[in-house]
Amino acid sequence: MGYKAKFRVWRGEGGEGRLEDFTVEVNEGEVVLDVIHRLQATQTPDLAVRWNCKAGKCGSCSMEINGKPRLGCMTRMSTFEEDETITVTPLRTFPVIKDLVTDVSFNYQKAREVPSFTPPADVKPGEYRMQQIDVERSQEFRKCIECFMCQNVCHVIRDHEENKPNFSGPRYFIRIAELDMHPYDVADRKEPAQDEHGLGYCNITKCCTEVCPEHIKITDNAIIPMKERVVDRKYDPLVWLGSKIFKRQR
Amino acid sequence: MERHEYDVVVIGAGGAGLRAAIEARQQGKRTAIVCKSLFGKAHTVMAEGGAAAAMGNVNPNDNWMVHFRDTMRGGKFLNNWRMAELHAKEAPDRVWELEAWGALFDRTKDGKISQRNFGGHEYPRLAHVGDRTGLEMIRTLQQRVVALQQEDEKLHGDPEAYIKVFAECTITRLLKEGDAIAGAFGYWRETGDFVVFDAPAVVLATGGIGKSFVVTSNSWEYTGDGHALAMLAGANLINMEFIQFHPTGMVWPPSVRGILVTESVRGDGGVLRNSEGRRFMFDYIPDVFKDKYATTEEEADRWYDDQAGNRRPPELLPRDEVARAINSEVKAGRGSPQGGVFLDVSTRLPAAEITRRLPSMHHQFKELADVDITKEPMQVGPTCHYVMGGVEVDADTGAASVPGLFAAGEVSGGMHGSNRLGGNSLSDLLVFGRRAGAGAAAYIDGLARRPAAAAGLVEEARAEALAPLERTGGENPYEVHHELQRTMNDLVGIIRKSEEIGEALQVIEKLKERAKNTASAGSRIYNPGWHLAIDLRNMLLVSEAVAKAALLREESRGGHTRDDYPGMSPEWRRKLLRVTLTPDESGVNVEERVQPSMRSDLISLFERGELEKYLTEEELAEYDAAVKES
Amino acid sequence: MTQTTAESAVRKQRAQIRVRTLRTDRWWLAPVLTFAGLFLFLIYGFWAMFDLSMLAGSYIAPFSSPCLAAATCPEGARLFGFAPFGDWYKLPPGLLILAFPGGFRFTCYYYRKSYYRSWWMSPPACSVAEPHSKYTGESRLPLILQNVHRYFFYVAAIIGLILTYDAVLSFRDADGNWGHVGLGTVILVVNAVLVLCYTFGCHSCRHITAGRLNHFSRHPLRYKAWTLVSKLNARHQQFAWASMVSIVVADLYVRLVAKGVINFPFA
Ligand SMILES: Cc1cc2nc3c(=O)[nH]c(=O)nc-3n(C[C@H](O)[C@H](O)[C@H](O)COP(=O)(O)OP(=O)(O)OC[C@H]3O[C@@H](n4cnc5c(N)ncnc54)[C@H](O)[C@@H]3O)c2cc1C
Ligand code: SF4
Ligand code: SF4
Ligand code: FES
Ligand code: FES
Repeated sequence: MGYKAKFRVWRGEGGEGRLEDFTVEVNEGEVVLDVIHRLQATQTPDLAVRWNCKAGKCGSCSMEINGKPRLGCMTRMSTFEEDETITVTPLRTFPVIKDLVTDVSFNYQKAREVPSFTPPADVKPGEYRMQQIDVERSQEFRKCIECFMCQNVCHVIRDHEENKPNFSGPRYFIRIAELDMHPYDVADRKEPAQDEHGLGYCNITKCCTEVCPEHIKITDNAIIPMKERVVDRKYDPLVWLGSKIFKRQR
Repeated sequence: MERHEYDVVVIGAGGAGLRAAIEARQQGKRTAIVCKSLFGKAHTVMAEGGAAAAMGNVNPNDNWMVHFRDTMRGGKFLNNWRMAELHAKEAPDRVWELEAWGALFDRTKDGKISQRNFGGHEYPRLAHVGDRTGLEMIRTLQQRVVALQQEDEKLHGDPEAYIKVFAECTITRLLKEGDAIAGAFGYWRETGDFVVFDAPAVVLATGGIGKSFVVTSNSWEYTGDGHALAMLAGANLINMEFIQFHPTGMVWPPSVRGILVTESVRGDGGVLRNSEGRRFMFDYIPDVFKDKYATTEEEADRWYDDQAGNRRPPELLPRDEVARAINSEVKAGRGSPQGGVFLDVSTRLPAAEITRRLPSMHHQFKELADVDITKEPMQVGPTCHYVMGGVEVDADTGAASVPGLFAAGEVSGGMHGSNRLGGNSLSDLLVFGRRAGAGAAAYIDGLARRPAAAAGLVEEARAEALAPLERTGGENPYEVHHELQRTMNDLVGIIRKSEEIGEALQVIEKLKERAKNTASAGSRIYNPGWHLAIDLRNMLLVSEAVAKAALLREESRGGHTRDDYPGMSPEWRRKLLRVTLTPDESGVNVEERVQPSMRSDLISLFERGELEKYLTEEELAEYDAAVKES
Repeated sequence: MTQTTAESAVRKQRAQIRVRTLRTDRWWLAPVLTFAGLFLFLIYGFWAMFDLSMLAGSYIAPFSSPCLAAATCPEGARLFGFAPFGDWYKLPPGLLILAFPGGFRFTCYYYRKSYYRSWWMSPPACSVAEPHSKYTGESRLPLILQNVHRYFFYVAAIIGLILTYDAVLSFRDADGNWGHVGLGTVILVVNAVLVLCYTFGCHSCRHITAGRLNHFSRHPLRYKAWTLVSKLNARHQQFAWASMVSIVVADLYVRLVAKGVINFPFA
């Protein structure tokens, strides 16, 4: 049942660090996070890692396992060969605090830049009436557990630190889409999506969708529909004309 | 040392903490939210089933009185009835408010918030979003905090002028001046630097204590910090002997043992079977519930479609009953191969329906156990889930006995009596989170002078926190922790015996000594070994409180089952066990208090026949008088 | 009152890992195959554009349909016998129309992904560093022009219908009598179906049907259409490749028949 696995874990503080090799016991049914915890309990008590739920619900344990962003608690050891060396590194796009723990404050800052849900002033709590089919699209985006792996993998900022000020990232594109598709939201989110949040930087290469542990179709269901909604508003002369005429009629 | 001044410091960023902070800020108070994890990761995120609120959207017969009755029944009448009353009355407003802040609950056909069935609730009552209701709730509150910050940015140019989140920051001591709260002391997990908050009001919303048990659905955060901080500050805990073991936790693989399988599985049709294929819950319907639960499989199955004409399936009995039943089946040798029982939805619902209604369960089993719940049954067993006990508070304001100290959510005690109904926690967080925030604001308004932390307290707290780092060659904190977990699990678990509890108390004494000698290698920067060494103090204090209270209560009720006292005693129902710290802070004392009688209009909501099972003759006489009056 | 923690300079640094990627799987395989696939398609398309043997009996080669130049298009290849470009037009007739399906695919959200990844390596694969030092994506010229995609969709929808019409015509034999079913008929029908599935699975189409609405429940018909389009859309990548292959196969087949390499009546 149990075997000894080879692990290479990035260790260091504030950016400086190196990959360290460990040999550690693995038992049946374990996930990478269990192994990291065993390292903590037996070899390196100060190995830093974030986690909470151990069930893929909180999005704390994001790390890069063999170069791919994964949740440590949802990556089963049985997906690796027993003689394979498993490399575990912190998220690359964010500054490292220590070992596998990174400073993800970028995301909280971007969250604050998206204007909140804005209902019409005259609906009171308890009066909301929405059909299931009207909320389903936004509900998909609200499944997000804020693991920030999509933010981490997105090449727009992963490979280009300088884009960070102009680009909110896929996590916040789904937030904008969620609100823009909300039956009761009245704020204008289309032009800001393009002009302030950098929707145009996304070249729809879908890495965010590939890594999302909640299997949210970030690109197909949020980013592209938002791009289309932006086209309506900013680039499509026909729609623009139509909306002018329609408004006048009303 | 870093120092901040606030009006209200809320410790905890779960549902209760965030709701309290939002309320304090809305009342114009400068508010700090402090939490051990990142913002938005608190335990509340893991809640699955839903939030109970008698909105009557699915069954119009539902109202606060029915909800109140269910709650009292579930808690075996040990609940603080005033809390149960406020909770039942205010929960709908709190849920609707979430919707106005952007929450998107599942809908009924006529566009209202849909509600689902849950154990112990007479009508479909849980507002929910698939099986990720907690996530929806915490995200909504988190986004509400952000909305308030955006408002402040427009008004004051600084988003954090009135409400600021201090994430990954652990509070280790509350500071006082004389009797009154003056602030809190803690450390940044990221840097190991210390921080002091000067504030006249502190709201505890730190959640539970499950990490003192091996098999638990709780995360590392649940080290009972709030419980311990309150006692260290001079407040009392009540009901600590009552711990809810959720009947259905995963049992395999070993590394995920304890992780929760939501009750919605049963609410949506899942049934429990033993290794002989029998739906054994029919054998475990206690007398007090006999007339409310189906006695045949046929009737139970009809109930899913026609709830008015049939009694509910016994799988939906309150959690304590189901947990004990599973425990007995496994003990009797009728368990599943990995030491649980079978929970099956695969034969009850079409696969597509299962993935629609229970997406995260489907995902969880697929990913973690390689089990496809649309094709095979799950294996489940009891897991330590929730502590009913907590800080004794005033129902209306959340105020503890220490001036300036407030508590809400799982860390407060009384609301759920001896057993919490599923779904009542999320609504509890909202109702009493709001009340504690308002209570703190009102307390400050009535304050003539802001207390200032007594000199020396900060220095003491700092020395205490640094101690494990400064020792060399001491004990490994992980080992002490592990032994405590084993002890509590085996000796103060679901079924308790006097000798075993005594034994546990002896072990705890020894562990206390060992904890004093733990040493943590490494630096102060994000050092989990050090953090654990600090948390041990709290876990040990809380474990002692649980064990001592459990030893004293010589009856079985709700989340407290004594093998040597299997019956429920009306005499004991009148007693609350209150835990306080010993003067030298080395341990805890337990004393008996009288449970106040229910207000007459509330007690009149029950039938005499039902009350006879719970109340003493004397109380029944009071009841008769009350009914005659009205 | 101090509100912020002093931050040391080191804290603001990423983990210094000096390799492009730590991925251990064959991440380069997908971009290589995509590159090759798209490249072959372009080469074929270029050749087909100049090739004039487009009509074989009732079969019309998809790359040349509709053929609009009077000088080079045989009677049967013209749409309803119509050739608006007179004898003065001497260039290959394919030039006139291929810009539309070409532009449609070029600005298609899926194709954009595939060539950004495989041709431009931006990024070549997830969590593999891209070689460019600057990146602005589709936020400015020229790539901002990708936003015209929906106009290409309008035309592509028409072309899709023409291909369907051509497929229907292929049920006639060389003399124009109905009832013929040859291998070519099957190929053209399959091709038309795949092209329609690709075309109507378009994201712009999804947006137009109902994606732009916030209240599906008030527009039940459009919602139905959206649901259908969404189903196709979920397989957009598969239909993109399948229809690309089927077009090449259909086009080549017709041309080979036209050149006499393959002969009736089997064809
Ligand atoms: C798996 C699972 C499923 C559940 N499902 C349901 C359900 O369906 N319905 C329901 O009603 N209930 C459910 N519950 C119970 C419910 O989720 C919890 O009781 C509730 O979320 C507790 O909320 P809280 O606000 O009191 O605390 P939490 O959400 O746990 O928050 C505690 C906060 O306190 C902070 N904290 C703790 N100690 C310190 C310290 N020393 N310093 C600083 N910060 C500190 C933590 O960081 C955290 O932010 C479930 C629980 C679990 C574990
Ligand atoms: S699809 Fe867009 S947002 Fe998503 S990873 Fe790619 S570039 Fe980033
Ligand atoms: S969208 Fe998916 S990948 Fe991105 S933060 Fe949310 S859960 Fe994580
Ligand atoms: S620990 Fe919560 S997602 Fe992994
Ligand atoms: S054709 Fe691919 S998105 Fe329009």
